[in-house]
Amino acid sequence: MSQAASRTSIAASAPRATGLMTLLVALLLTELLIQAGLINRFIVPPPSEVAKAFYRIVAQEHVFRRFLSTAAECFAAGVMLTLAGVSAGLLMQRFTLLQRAVETWVASIAAAPLVIMYPLFLVIFGRNALTIIMMGFISGLPPAILKTIEGISATRKVLINVGRSFNLTATQQFWKILFPAALPTIFVGVRLGLVFALINVVGTEFLISYGGLGALIADLAERYDLAGTYAAICFVILVSVLFFLALEKIERWLRPVD
Amino acid sequence: MAETGRLRQTATAPLIGPVALVRTAIVLALLALWEFLAHSGWLYRDVVPSLLSIARALARLLSQPDYYYNLGVTAGEIGMALLIGGGAGLLVGLVLGGNRFLSKAFEPYLYYLGPTPKIIFLPIAIMWFGVEAPSKIALGTFSCFFPVALNVAAGMRQIDRVLIRVGQSFRASTLQMVVKIYLPAMRHPIINGVRLGFGFALIGVLLAETRLSNKGVGFVIMQADSTFDMPSMYAMLIVLFVLAIGANALIGRLGGIDTIKRS
Repeated sequence: MSQAASRTSIAASAPRATGLMTLLVALLLTELLIQAGLINRFIVPPPSEVAKAFYRIVAQEHVFRRFLSTAAECFAAGVMLTLAGVSAGLLMQRFTLLQRAVETWVASIAAAPLVIMYPLFLVIFGRNALTIIMMGFISGLPPAILKTIEGISATRKVLINVGRSFNLTATQQFWKILFPAALPTIFVGVRLGLVFALINVVGTEFLISYGGLGALIADLAERYDLAGTYAAICFVILVSVLFFLALEKIERWLRPVD
Repeated sequence: MAETGRLRQTATAPLIGPVALVRTAIVLALLALWEFLAHSGWLYRDVVPSLLSIARALARLLSQPDYYYNLGVTAGEIGMALLIGGGAGLLVGLVLGGNRFLSKAFEPYLYYLGPTPKIIFLPIAIMWFGVEAPSKIALGTFSCFFPVALNVAAGMRQIDRVLIRVGQSFRASTLQMVVKIYLPAMRHPIINGVRLGFGFALIGVLLAETRLSNKGVGFVIMQADSTFDMPSMYAMLIVLFVLAIGANALIGRLGGIDTIKRS
């Protein structure tokens, strides 16, 4: 049995290994082409130099402090968008007329390029962390609102009827039936909001050259530290991917088994 | 849903519906609040300019031939980005959607790279393609590739098996299968991918323009920013949002889907 199990696990990991191998081969090929002079090393630094630069930016550029400031900005934006988004969603869900009037507006705003408002925010809030947090906040707000509405509206009829048959008051019905039932969907909205918030926090940091990891890339690029720039970009991608993975884990943990 | 709302709605059949009434009320309240803030003196001057000055700036903006030129530049860049990035995305999506092994090998990378902030690649884009339009197109292309590829791949996997079997039992050739079965069945995911891709390309191009450029809408916005011309900035953002939301709705309408809600 263990043999069969190991065979299936090998078969299952074959695609993953292929993907990883392709990545490594591509990096190796790039390295060789650059060393052979076929790719200009002043445009694409060799991967080995980028790897070395990793150590340098960690040691010299206060990466940990920058990471903390980006994380703090994301956290602040996340708390704000959760509180504001969920309560706005609940309010709209409670008053049907309001929902029917405003929901399409929220959906349209979600499709608008909100991040382009950063010059405006720069003037309103100044070149500081508040601008970055507000950019993250507004870009993550629409999904939080929409998913809250969706979650409460999609509560199963059976559950609502159970509440009715227990003669629950409206408040009890909300806290004991509707809200718990909607929680997984609400978290999907919060997760999407956090993803948008992270994208916009890092993006705004880069664009206004202030604060954490995004600004690091702008700094290094301005100094023409090519290997450092590439390394910093890889670092930011890595951090974002880990962030998404963590959010997915939490979401799976919250989702009820059905 | 609260049932009382529905009952009340059927009972009354007024000239304008209650929804329109609420909407008008909200808009009017917001405008009044804005105008009040503009004149209150609580905020820094010009951060919240009066509605009249915004309207004037809007009229000025729309009567400038220069602005249309910049709008055209940006639209051209977005179009190119969508063409290259969307085309590549469609191709990659079809390959990944049609092959289980390749999908398992490479799709995780796309899935996790997709939502990372793309603007940070701007230094690389500038290094590779220079400071002119090509670097903006490159950033837009890179931004819109991921949503298109992922949507097409997912759409390909969701095709109803029955449709494919119908095609096979009619002995359709590969070309016929693609044209008559796959593409029509995948119309919605493709359109949805293009709609998302358009949004991402738009953001990529605009942000690249605000960071470093000498033409395009992003450049004009940064000019207004550097001269603290707030009414113009609001006017430009209004125009931009109207165009973006309109284009988004149009692409959705073309696909015949109620798209906005799905995002």
